[in-house]
Amino acid sequence: MFKAKSTLGATAVHTVLISYTILALWPIFLIIINSFKTRKAIFREPMGFPSIDTFSLIGFEKVIAKSNFLICFYNSIVVTVVTLVVVLLIGAMAAWALSEYKFRGNTLLSLYLAIGIMVPIRLGSVSILQLIVDLNLTNTLTALVLVYTAQSLPLAIFILSEFMRQIPNDLKEAARCDGVSEYIIFFRIILPLTRPAIATVGVFSMVPIWNDLWFPLILAPSTKTQTITLGIQQFIGQYVTDWNAVLASLTMAIVPVLIIYLILSKQLIRGITAGAVK
Amino acid sequence: MAEIQLNDICKSFGKTDVIHNVDIDIDDGEFVVFVGPSGCGKSTLLRLIAGLEDITSGELSISNRVVNDFSPKERGIAMVFQSYALYPHLTVYQNMAFGLKIGNKGKEEVKKRVLAAADALQLTDYLKRRPAQLSGGQRQRVAIGRAIVRKPEVFLFDEPLSNLDAALRVQTRLEIAKLHQDLKTTIVYVTHDQVEAMTLADKIVVLRNGRVEQVGVPLELYHNPANVFVAGFIGSPKMNFIRGEIKHIEKSNCEVKLECGESVMLELDVDQKYRNEKVTIGIRPEHLVLDGENRFKIKSKVEVAEHLGDITYIYSKQKNNNQLIISMAGTRDFKVNDDIEVSAPLKHIHLFNENGERL
Repeated sequence: MFKAKSTLGATAVHTVLISYTILALWPIFLIIINSFKTRKAIFREPMGFPSIDTFSLIGFEKVIAKSNFLICFYNSIVVTVVTLVVVLLIGAMAAWALSEYKFRGNTLLSLYLAIGIMVPIRLGSVSILQLIVDLNLTNTLTALVLVYTAQSLPLAIFILSEFMRQIPNDLKEAARCDGVSEYIIFFRIILPLTRPAIATVGVFSMVPIWNDLWFPLILAPSTKTQTITLGIQQFIGQYVTDWNAVLASLTMAIVPVLIIYLILSKQLIRGITAGAVK
Repeated sequence: MAEIQLNDICKSFGKTDVIHNVDIDIDDGEFVVFVGPSGCGKSTLLRLIAGLEDITSGELSISNRVVNDFSPKERGIAMVFQSYALYPHLTVYQNMAFGLKIGNKGKEEVKKRVLAAADALQLTDYLKRRPAQLSGGQRQRVAIGRAIVRKPEVFLFDEPLSNLDAALRVQTRLEIAKLHQDLKTTIVYVTHDQVEAMTLADKIVVLRNGRVEQVGVPLELYHNPANVFVAGFIGSPKMNFIRGEIKHIEKSNCEVKLECGESVMLELDVDQKYRNEKVTIGIRPEHLVLDGENRFKIKSKVEVAEHLGDITYIYSKQKNNNQLIISMAGTRDFKVNDDIEVSAPLKHIHLFNENGERL
């Protein structure tokens, strides 16, 4: 009886999960299959797989032929990677300070940072634009890195400080008894132990940065500093849209995120379930 | 040379005072055990010595240097934690070498020391494993190894055996005793287990509520406890306590009327001023004998008898429901509610006044 019930429950859960997965992956699937088809085939049979007749790499050829597309790619990767490194380093250090050391204003500071999670950064677009203009940083990647760092830090600090609080006190005290400096405790003990959390924060911060259209559009729209999301827009015209190129560039844009995700995913899964299993 | 002096040490957490005016002298190479029930402040005291907590007032010196404001590493101590506190992401070798590498010791020297410690602790086969792949006892040995390799002046142990099972505890206890014989380093060891304290210590410090109750060598505490608390804490099973009132005092003789109604004569030199004073008589279970020819005799009723083969523990009750435990060698049959008469030689009888202090 119990077994039958649990099988039924498992089936129901899996049905829901599988339908959601299909729903979420469907557009990506469409983009990928259509990026390998000729323009005619895309319109004639949007759901069809590319066949010998309809297979074409014309989209990719066009995208790569446009020299600035590679620049876009490079820009996106630079912005995302630099931001991630800065966010994870500063975020982890701040989280360590907030969770480990007692100082005046500790709680207030944590609260202030928590508010940062709740307020969408786009509300401040006008002031951010003004600030960037005043700093002479318009049309630079630095501007984007700064804004994205600000956008990602609150959540990073929040999640990481929760994780760091769970590290047993004895470990830090053992290290202190061993005569290890606070920096080495942080880099050699705390960081390795919070690796799952860092991977989680990394993925959660990376996706919105990679996909963002808004800030590149208002802060760095020049040809030299365009990111990939902006670069794709050039194939979407007011009158003519080059679907082959759009779909091909979207397909290519997925690849780096997928690679980083695969690298982090093993850690990520451990990170998400860390609290639940113990 | 590492003597440790605690002078009038106090510690408060906010408004709560947890350690009150503690004075302890520890000689070089001595094995000192802090023992007491949980919450007595023994771990806090150890952490004060380690430098993991700030001393509120008083003076702590190690090797004749006042170390109140020194960080743990400047004090020349190594601590073994109850939870082992091994770094889970490092191998056994890396765990033991961690503190050394930071201390800028040469690579060869680090390797030599770690291998020597691993050899002494039978960890050589496990050097490449991570803590998660070790058993509790092995983890404990790694934790000890990590302390040994640093060659500290003082070892601090915080309840190192309490996470081990009974058999392993005895074995590790022996290893720690041997370790002390080999290294001859000063050791401060915290435990709530009086057996560990009795077996390991050169000197025991009994603590209660942040105060030192008695300091002494193990047998001294066993034979001459300073008060009811120490008497009850040291020794297993617990010392029996019988309450009563002193009625008559004659030359080196006093009569005590017990709460159960009986009266006993004690051959003790007691001051006249204690007449009519409430007192507690303490007798260890192993000193009570059945049907003995002693002057101190009381009646009791058997409740439970535990036969361990070599020893029989008899749990009995006096008329006023006061429990008496008798430990006798060998076996003998008892039935529940058997009336027994127990006696004890006078030299094994302890007398405490109303405040629990020894008379």
